[in-house]
Amino acid sequence: MKTKVVQVLREQGMDAMNVALCVQRASQFGASVYLTDGTKRMNAKSLMGMMTMGLMAGDSVTVEADGADEEAALSGLCEFFEGK
Amino acid sequence: MAFVRVSTLARKMELRNLTSDLDIEKRKILIPDINRTALQLTGFWDYFDPLRVQIIGLVEYNYILQMDPDARRKMYGELLEYNVPCVIFARNLMPDETFIALAEKQGVPILVSELPTNLLEAEIIRWLHVQLAPMISIHGVLVDVYGEGVLITGESGIGKSEAAIELIKRGHRLVSDDVVEIRRVSDDTLVGSAPELTRHFIELRGIGIIDVKTLFGIESVMNTQTIDLVIRLTDWNKSDEFDRMGMEDQYIEYLGKKVVCHHLPVRPGRNLAIIVEAAAVNHRQKKMGYNAAVEFYNRVQENMKHPRDEEEDSHEFFY
Repeated sequence: MKTKVVQVLREQGMDAMNVALCVQRASQFGASVYLTDGTKRMNAKSLMGMMTMGLMAGDSVTVEADGADEEAALSGLCEFFEGK
Repeated sequence: MAFVRVSTLARKMELRNLTSDLDIEKRKILIPDINRTALQLTGFWDYFDPLRVQIIGLVEYNYILQMDPDARRKMYGELLEYNVPCVIFARNLMPDETFIALAEKQGVPILVSELPTNLLEAEIIRWLHVQLAPMISIHGVLVDVYGEGVLITGESGIGKSEAAIELIKRGHRLVSDDVVEIRRVSDDTLVGSAPELTRHFIELRGIGIIDVKTLFGIESVMNTQTIDLVIRLTDWNKSDEFDRMGMEDQYIEYLGKKVVCHHLPVRPGRNLAIIVEAAAVNHRQKKMGYNAAVEFYNRVQENMKHPRDEEEDSHEFFY
């Protein structure tokens, strides 16, 4: 399992559109991906769950990937939050 | 940390605020217990928990009335010094002016209820325990099936939401899709609900978000339901061992409470909704005192007591 703390650099924060894109990105990987923000821990592949997180631009979030392609999943998600 | 505002408690229990100068919006209650300020009135403050809501009933009220004025003032001072979240008088009992003035100075709200003390106590404890219950939020779907709260869990894309939508079409009710907030409201009860934001919505892969309440009507949704049974969906794997008899229940733990958990392998074409229905109704039958697996086992054991050649063929059903 690999974890990394990343800052949300997308201007709109995690609005509905960005969440949908993020879930799409996470679902491309076989590894399970979880995001933790304070007390909330969410499956990054769950659209509804991600919507309830309400991450704003500038917030920090811990990305956690576990599985065969965890390396790729972790960097893929981190890049997404950084707006790439 | 979870808290309840004194103002929320006052609204819920229809309490009148006697210290109207104080802002009860800002006052917080952190623990779900109450204390009847009985022994403390006599000056015994050992083990006193100042975080609890204080309740004064008929007995305490009359004890205060017959107290020596000096002792009474001293006791008022001590009680308010502890900075208790609030003091509630039951049965519309009215505290004296001195107490109200002192409380306003100390910033401790005083409230009055119309209810008899025991009813007030019971109501406050029950309500606070629900509000301040420990909570976790998990990935899964909660549906009400024949009155049983069934929590369906499993990896993303395994078919939880699809199973839920089919259950709804079959007349069952949705509580929450994708995110379930679980609260342990008492020692043996877990209650699940949906976050406000996603309540009564389901995400179906390939279709998008659908609103179950407007699409299937109010009878297809529920706001909260106890969690009686968990069904964990996993990919079908030949080497995995599954419970074939169902003699012994498997459990999963949430917030320190064990819940019966069935491990269900998924294969394309398997009708999950019907299996979930069967599991729910079987669970209900078990709760009512009949265990099909045990009954079946007993039949087999009974059958083995008779030597085979002595067995008389019985075909009475056919003739």
